Amino acid sequence: MKNKMLLLGDEAFALGALHSGLSGAYAYPGTPSTEILEYIQGHPLTAERRIHSHWSSNEKTALEEALGMSFCGKRAIVSMKHVGLNVAADPFVNSAFTGANGGMLVVVADDPSMHSSQNEQDSRFYADFALLPLLEPSTQQEAYEMAGYGFEMSERLGVPVVVRFVTRLSHSRGVVETVVEPREQNGLHYPENTRQWVLMPGNSRVRYRQLIEDYAKMKAEAEKSPFNAWRDGTDTRLGIVVSGLAVNYLDEIFPNGSCPFPTVKISQYPLPKDTLHRLADSVDELLVIEEGQPYIEQHLRGTLDNGPVPIRGKLDGVMPRTGELTPDDIRVAIRSLAPQLATLGEVVVPEPSKIVVPRPPALCQGCGHRDVYAALNEVLAGYENPKVFGDIGCYTLGWLSPFNAIDTVVDMGASITMAKGAADAFQHPAVAIIGDSTFTHSGMTGLLDAINENSPITVIISDNLTTGMTGGQDSQGTGKLEDICRGLGADPAHVRTIDSHPRNHADLMALFKEEIDYQGVSVIVARRECIQTARRHAKQKK
Amino acid sequence: MKTDIVLAGVGGQGILSIATILGTAALAGNLYIKQAEVHGMSQRGGDVQSNLRLSSNPIASDLIPRGAADLIISLEPMEALRYVSYLAPSGWIVTNTTPFVNIPNYPELDAVMDELKRHPNVVSIDVDAIAKEVASARASNMVLLGAASPFIEIDAKAIEEAIAAIFGAKGADIVEMNIKAFRAGRDYALRSSAK
Repeated sequence: MKNKMLLLGDEAFALGALHSGLSGAYAYPGTPSTEILEYIQGHPLTAERRIHSHWSSNEKTALEEALGMSFCGKRAIVSMKHVGLNVAADPFVNSAFTGANGGMLVVVADDPSMHSSQNEQDSRFYADFALLPLLEPSTQQEAYEMAGYGFEMSERLGVPVVVRFVTRLSHSRGVVETVVEPREQNGLHYPENTRQWVLMPGNSRVRYRQLIEDYAKMKAEAEKSPFNAWRDGTDTRLGIVVSGLAVNYLDEIFPNGSCPFPTVKISQYPLPKDTLHRLADSVDELLVIEEGQPYIEQHLRGTLDNGPVPIRGKLDGVMPRTGELTPDDIRVAIRSLAPQLATLGEVVVPEPSKIVVPRPPALCQGCGHRDVYAALNEVLAGYENPKVFGDIGCYTLGWLSPFNAIDTVVDMGASITMAKGAADAFQHPAVAIIGDSTFTHSGMTGLLDAINENSPITVIISDNLTTGMTGGQDSQGTGKLEDICRGLGADPAHVRTIDSHPRNHADLMALFKEEIDYQGVSVIVARRECIQTARRHAKQKK
Repeated sequence: MKTDIVLAGVGGQGILSIATILGTAALAGNLYIKQAEVHGMSQRGGDVQSNLRLSSNPIASDLIPRGAADLIISLEPMEALRYVSYLAPSGWIVTNTTPFVNIPNYPELDAVMDELKRHPNVVSIDVDAIAKEVASARASNMVLLGAASPFIEIDAKAIEEAIAAIFGAKGADIVEMNIKAFRAGRDYALRSSAK
């Protein structure tokens, strides 16, 4: 007897982890990964089994917390968006050296097409140079199953396992069959090999050689993985290598197993080299279809591009180089390579409308960030060349019209540090605008730099008491922001607090002006609860 | 059966609740379902869409190919036009006629409606007005779902059961209001499309 549920890819994985003896889930919110921890927080097993599910301050702290749980023998997951892995890169790469004791899964959701991100980086490259295995689910069902499978692999091989999602799977619902009886959690037990958990050079050198040896085992597992599949084909003029979610688009174009070309589907890495050689030896030409950057394609081509068969894909323009794939892209690619295929008929695509205009997102009506920008713009109009350094969150939308209020947005926390760098170059005014959650994620250390040099910058923490852009998760600095700033050494006379509300427009302006004119570090906490969470809280009270 | 639906609207209008109800009805009917949603930045007043695929056979792709959708359901007229290249030649557009103007360069409404009318299979319906008349302005989604229901191969009764299941926690009055809205939309579409 199995249960059938309609779940997002993120939720299916979360449930799979809960059903596989999960003891702790760690994360910082980030589209498209947020729903993994949210689902775990809302599931009855979490309270029943006292599974850890609190948000962490950032991806680095989250990954280290998961590693600590794994050290103690229990199963842990850490989830983040792709750029979050940059933040967590230090413990991530080193976790391959310490290895895992209890099963540990590092879940990273990539965002091809940059629906809600600043770049398209592909996490498979990270797993590659860290020498860790990676799973790439293609369906919600695989996402569910790969949690337990990944935990077992992690414990068997003694390393963390990376699970790579892409937006289209994270945020797509499908029917998932689940097991009824969840596995028990692991008991507390410590690593047998204690040396490799202390990464002093002497230990690391020994461990590095071991890891390279173990990589052969990971490769051998990928060769016989149930998630990697060889599909026979009768037409050997073309062979197809397809990874993760993209296999669904291939199956959409060739329904019911009608694809005539031999195909290798890859959902487990390191790449199954022997299987790929077998395919290359049996066809005239290879097409690589993969969501994200051309990871498999680069491996197959190598630098000299002198393999047994021509390789077609993103690097020669047969597939689009950027953006997420669609079934249409794959139809076009295969038609161009195999025009003999009568079954791939021309599809009648209606002309797109010519009068439709883009509808960019905007700050909500009633959002406190609006009041901050309205007042700030008016004040800065009185200065020559003011520069405003922005950050990651809803307030990034302040770049758009009608505010056009910020000059830069780079990564979490960069507002404060870039403002400091600008001030070092004698830029004035140098204003940083950052949200409360982004401030505790990566802004605090940069503020310490500025305080230590008393840099003439004005930091506005636009505090909406939540992590807004990702849908309103708890923010780690709520109620502590002024204390944190003073604790870092900010002059209490220049740590100011104000409600960001239309009725305070004149006061906001006066405060901004005063602190911009102060030749040192000022922090202004402009506070007003996010309108979305305020509505939710009002409803809950009723 | 197979119905491929593009759901369109503006972030915050609530296209996902339509998807949730259809998904619930389809799951109860033992159908296969795939539903790709948009979360994150666009939800802040930007254009949003969801691909909802229902079928009695396994579904491969989470995305609907261009020229293949059986139905576009839109809470906003210009947003319906944004996805016309996904519509199959025999497909239907069911759209709200009330524009959501939150951008300075919104096209002339007459031009939008003219272009919609040029499509052979269109149901244009003022869901806000009908919702206010028969139930409550908050139930406009359900009016639109009702108007789209004749083009979805799921029994209307099964959809009503899903509405009852989804709104059940909010009380019998809310369920009744939403079902009333659903029926009003359905009646309107059946009359205007003579299907």
